[in-house]
Amino acid sequence: MGGGFSAILQRDLLLAFRHRGEIANPVIFFFIVVTLIPLGLTPEASRLAEIAPGILWVMALLASLLSVEGLFQSDYRDGTLEQLLITPQPLYLMVLAKVLAHWLITGLPLTLLAPVLGMMLSLPTAGYLPLVLSLLMGTAVLSLIGAIGAGLTVALRKGGLLLSLIVMPLYMPVLIFGASTVQRAVDGFPVDGPLAVMGALLAFSLLISPFATAGALRVSMHG
Amino acid sequence: MFQFESLSDFIQMGGHGTYVWAAYLISLLVLIGLVVSPLLRRRKLVQEVIRQQRREAARQKNSDTAQTAP
Amino acid sequence: MWQWFHRLGSPRWFYNTSGKWLPWLSVLAAILLSLGVVWGLGFAPQDAKQGNSFRIIYIHVPASFLALAGYYVMAISGAVGLIWKMKLADMVMKSAAPIGAVLTFVALVTGAIWGKPTWGTYWVWDARITSMLVLFFLYLGVIALQYSYTSQDAASKASAVLSLVGMVNIPIIYKSVDWWYTLHQPATIRLTEAPSMHPDMFHPLLVMILGFYCFYAVALILNTRVEILYRERRTRWVQDMVLETPVSEIREGQN
Repeated sequence: MGGGFSAILQRDLLLAFRHRGEIANPVIFFFIVVTLIPLGLTPEASRLAEIAPGILWVMALLASLLSVEGLFQSDYRDGTLEQLLITPQPLYLMVLAKVLAHWLITGLPLTLLAPVLGMMLSLPTAGYLPLVLSLLMGTAVLSLIGAIGAGLTVALRKGGLLLSLIVMPLYMPVLIFGASTVQRAVDGFPVDGPLAVMGALLAFSLLISPFATAGALRVSMHG
Repeated sequence: MFQFESLSDFIQMGGHGTYVWAAYLISLLVLIGLVVSPLLRRRKLVQEVIRQQRREAARQKNSDTAQTAP
Repeated sequence: MWQWFHRLGSPRWFYNTSGKWLPWLSVLAAILLSLGVVWGLGFAPQDAKQGNSFRIIYIHVPASFLALAGYYVMAISGAVGLIWKMKLADMVMKSAAPIGAVLTFVALVTGAIWGKPTWGTYWVWDARITSMLVLFFLYLGVIALQYSYTSQDAASKASAVLSLVGMVNIPIIYKSVDWWYTLHQPATIRLTEAPSMHPDMFHPLLVMILGFYCFYAVALILNTRVEILYRERRTRWVQDMVLETPVSEIREGQN
């Protein structure tokens, strides 16, 4: 049972490593969009610091949304997905493996890059650790929720825009708790409350999302 | 008990008339639309089915006469 | 019990039965709504703080109720269609989506109009309005997904999955928006304070809520009936029924 899980995880990571350029895309997107903020708004450090927590979280969310579209796409095109559905392995674990691989190649780099961008937006010192912690859990939740949408839209020709319409409302709680974790830390309040909620969201979506994604994939493949 | 002294009072609603009446009017139109749109769709559908039936009846008739003609 | 359940699953049975209820339900909805509107607009006392603008409550609150309840109707019938492969449930789900979206829209618009005299601006990021907006997006997602599949069966299943996921998420979204709101705006005027409402104001609201429920049922049944006719248009019973339609409708059909 665990064999299928690690086989898919290894395969996806290997594939990602062979297409290194594609892994870099969400990270570059995150970087560029954050660069646009001072240009569009103000280069003044104090005002940037004020909006940095929200901006960083919104951009991380968009970057994650952009990348989740491809989660099942290449597997769908070359027929791997069809094979996965008929293997005797539980689809739940397969999906979990794919989402984990997706998080390792997009969510994790985004999280690691975030402090650098925080520095560029002059995020106050107290915000860095909460930013990393909240993104670490939050991007995982985003990948898990996004997988449901990706599963539902994988067989559609113009799935990209529809995917964002479907998934964005479901992203909102993550954004609310993620951004306010950082904001509260900056304002000097304890952050264990929102972080705990984020953990609960992660646990809950770990439980539900692969299940829903598996159902979505079955619908997409067999109608 | 009626809360307003005159009709114009009722329409003005103490200065809030525009908002109240606009809200009620928009809602009324939208709710009517919700009921009318399935009725219209239904009528179109029935007409289409009837047309289909006519066409099939005509085709049947044509093939009948074609068989008896020679 | 099971026989009843199977019969309920038959679109034809539903079509015939709902046809008998529909006139009564429509009359009931019309009576309740007109009673509620006249009572609410003319006879309910005005609010001490908000004056007459509070009368918008008689549309705003029932519409918000039905917007939320409609999502549950949609998601639960989607689940029934998914689990028991009941065709009728799929049709109900498909019909419930646009009705719910429209009611959410009504709630949003009336809320915005109400906001102008109360807060001096049409849009405030109030917890209730924000969650309504998110609900509206959830509806739009389901509708968009429904129409992007070419196969009806796949469309039903996909939107059922999505509406179930949305249903699970709605409490989380509402709670988090509430929490977010208290974080940013500790104390402002809330649009409605139901428990402290005076009975003279509350009774017309109750009538309006009941009226909206009846109206929702009428709209849902009407839409589902058309959907049934559409999907079963090639069956014997629909063909026969169409033959019996009044002559006037057929005449117009020729043009």
